[in-house]
Amino acid sequence: MTNPLNLFDRPNSYIGKTVPRPDARRLLEGRGRFVDDIQLPRMGHAAFLRSPHAHARIVSIDVAAARAHPGVIAVFTGAEMAQHVEPYVGVLTHLAGLRSAPQHPIAVDIARWQGEPVAMVIADSRATAEDAAELIEVEYDELPAACDAETALDPGTPVIHPAFGNNLAWERTVDVGDVDAAFARDDVTVVERTMRFGRHTGVTLEPRAAVAEFDPSEDRLTFHYSGQAPHMMQFIFAKHLGLPEENVRVVAEDVGGSFGIKIHTYGDEVATAAAAKVLRRPVKFVADRAESFMTDIHARDHVVEGRMAVTADGGIAALAFDDLTGIGPFSMYPRTSAIEANQVLNLTGAPYVVPNYRATARVVFQNKNMMCQYRAVGHPIAMAICDGLLEDAAAAIGMDPVAIRRRNLMRDDGYPCASASGMKLADLSHHKAMDRLVELMDYDRLRAENAALRAQGIHRGIGFCSMVEVTNPSPMFYGVGGAPIASQDGATLRLDAGGGLQVASSVTEQGQGTNAILAQIAAGVFGVPIERVRVKTGDTETVPYGGGTWASRGAGIGGEAMLQAALALKSQVLDVAAVILQARPDDLDIRDGSVTDANGTPRMTLSDLARTVYYRGNELPSDLTPELIATRHYRVTDFPFVFTNGAMAAHVEVDPDTGFVRVLDFWAVEDCGRVINPQLVDEQIRGGVVQGIGGALYEECLYSPEGQLLNTTMADYLVPMAGEMPDIHVAHVETPTRTSVLGAKGAGEAGTGGAPAAVMNAVNDALRPLGTSIWQMPMTPERILKALGRV
Amino acid sequence: MAKVSMTVNGAAASGEVEGRTLLVEFLRGPLGLTGTHVGCDTSQCGACVVHVNGEAVKACTMFAAEADGAEVRTIEGMANADGSLGVIQQAFQDHHGLQCGFCTPGMVMSAAALLKDNPKPTEAEVRKYLEGNICRCTGYHNIVKAIMAASGQDVSAIAAE
Repeated sequence: MTNPLNLFDRPNSYIGKTVPRPDARRLLEGRGRFVDDIQLPRMGHAAFLRSPHAHARIVSIDVAAARAHPGVIAVFTGAEMAQHVEPYVGVLTHLAGLRSAPQHPIAVDIARWQGEPVAMVIADSRATAEDAAELIEVEYDELPAACDAETALDPGTPVIHPAFGNNLAWERTVDVGDVDAAFARDDVTVVERTMRFGRHTGVTLEPRAAVAEFDPSEDRLTFHYSGQAPHMMQFIFAKHLGLPEENVRVVAEDVGGSFGIKIHTYGDEVATAAAAKVLRRPVKFVADRAESFMTDIHARDHVVEGRMAVTADGGIAALAFDDLTGIGPFSMYPRTSAIEANQVLNLTGAPYVVPNYRATARVVFQNKNMMCQYRAVGHPIAMAICDGLLEDAAAAIGMDPVAIRRRNLMRDDGYPCASASGMKLADLSHHKAMDRLVELMDYDRLRAENAALRAQGIHRGIGFCSMVEVTNPSPMFYGVGGAPIASQDGATLRLDAGGGLQVASSVTEQGQGTNAILAQIAAGVFGVPIERVRVKTGDTETVPYGGGTWASRGAGIGGEAMLQAALALKSQVLDVAAVILQARPDDLDIRDGSVTDANGTPRMTLSDLARTVYYRGNELPSDLTPELIATRHYRVTDFPFVFTNGAMAAHVEVDPDTGFVRVLDFWAVEDCGRVINPQLVDEQIRGGVVQGIGGALYEECLYSPEGQLLNTTMADYLVPMAGEMPDIHVAHVETPTRTSVLGAKGAGEAGTGGAPAAVMNAVNDALRPLGTSIWQMPMTPERILKALGRV
Repeated sequence: MAKVSMTVNGAAASGEVEGRTLLVEFLRGPLGLTGTHVGCDTSQCGACVVHVNGEAVKACTMFAAEADGAEVRTIEGMANADGSLGVIQQAFQDHHGLQCGFCTPGMVMSAAALLKDNPKPTEAEVRKYLEGNICRCTGYHNIVKAIMAASGQDVSAIAAE
């Protein structure tokens, strides 16, 4: 048996090396296989008529003209669709008290947000379906809408689900230590801020898309979709369309960005599957960009009242806050819309020693699009609360922001331990990461340069964030609460007759390079050149059962499963080789596609071995039963999550005349444990940082007071562009997690989680000498000018 | 319906289109050239960039009928004659200038148009030129690097950490 300690320095280990992605060339040639590329015989195209009102009773709906329109195959109202789909409710038992109402794919009787589907048309082309949708006549009785989360619980506000009595979906309080006593101490300085985090959304460049096929002869649904969790969707379609689970196949080939947006149950996609089943022919639905803005889940939408008390030497004495978040009219199914607020309570202050901690979260319904898990769930809020208040407090007591962090960050040699909220923490490196960051950015020089420029009227600021990221979640995240979401993942390796490997994994690829790292692990641990590995992901029919890729779990969980399966197959192959070569398995190894002796001298190729097993079994002893395929599964057992940590810094320039913020530089030092492919990890970090900068400075789903979404095109909703983004400098501290042999933690969400706090702190560092600060994201020019009192 | 004829990636192509049929729909549908993508419908994202008579255009903002008689080049026509990746495509692969790959065809087509007019752009010029191309995955860093490398310039300094 190979000693796991030697896995990473073996002659053909690819782990830790920059290896080109096997699928990059295909994508570069325009040979991607995205859902909208699929054309099937007899395929109908769906378009949805959507509610123009935030809250309205559907008095009547007349679809006769649409049905009669040439080229129309079918029209479904909400009531008609409801006959084919069991409604769903987005609650989980471990979020005690969370409530939501049954939801239909297409609104029945009442529409509760602008953009909710009201009718579905299927026609011979998308254009025809849209033409026909315009012929549907709906009489609405507009109802008063509850749009503003801050007034959602007021007595006079309309109640969206009358049976609940009010608009409260969920609340939770964490109370540790004696917060009131700590704030009352006369030796502490207290800072207090109201922070607002606007709604934004994922803006995956490929919109949500689905092609559903139904084969009535086998009662079988095949659902091609652009998504992250095929097995979860398999369960959902089986349950809500009334099909045996094994008769549902969900396929996700190339996915054009996901970021958590494509991991939820969307009414239009469920309706597409149901329509294919009812019509017994393929149906395609591709969201256009306006539909994406109106119906892809939104994220954030928090108002936080936060306070922090620090001692004269900068020690955190207490941290307290109230978080209010609006989630739309339903809790999203099946992951729920309470997870983000729960994460905010769990994660705030987690990098630091916080002796007294009190946090409350209230999650409220509102007549806006639904809010749910998007990249770095809860992290940007949690990090901005604590690191924002910490730098505010540092300024109040005249302390350097790096020094106050060093005073309060958990000690690198103090693990395992727990955060104030009770999160189990291990193998973190906050101080090492901060040291590396300060060196990387040449902090002292930059400070001096900013001071000199300030004298010339140039207002630059530096801001930091020390962060944790939730990765590699255990069953405690969803499964424990009854969600049909696997926390374990599987990997299969099969040695083919030609000596190459066919490998399959239940984690998915959305562009981050999952397939590449799976190939690296399989090739390196088993012992073949990486070109001899073919990777399959994203198909419930052919991959082991598992959760998919979300919560930064692909590398840490899917990668470990692949490592264990590769070790298992190696052991099985060496057992066969030992018989053929009349040697002991322990004296053999597999390198570069051959079985070798211990010092690497080839004895027989894997192809010779496999051909002997597959074709000429007569040459083997009859009691030998070769198995050239192995499957292993892996889940995290010791911890609810495997946390990572990072230290980030932003350098910005604020123009006080225009309110514009320019990000000049950004640095991220990340400890995601063992780095499997540095090039892929660095670009994950950078992409995450850019999404975080987007949330901090540009991106916001703007609603009118009546609940009308005002920006539904990319002209109106601003995402970061190449011209605005700085080079992003990435460095690593590697503290492998001891929960796995591979030692990898997740890396995909860190940038998005930490960048907003760093940018906010940098803007406030620039603004502070001007006598103001800003606590609302995105920090638009208008808001900065308002903070400066100039508009 | 009207008949349109054009040259696409060097080969004659024609078909019947409605007046409202967009060039991108004609390319993706009847011609099966699915490498050109639709990301925004409103000409901001650049996933649909193709070359028409040598100029980069957004194929979601041009009717198929308007391209009648034109020379059109799409991502499928960017490889070398021997099938190997073109210089820009190869640079994107070498420098990991893509993640999900959805924006990538448009990025490559825009980069080709830039380098035709400005063979040795500065980093700032590359970033400015990409104002019509959105990437949501990468953070642009490696896309910029790939385009600079494709222009034959030394990009080691851009990678400096």
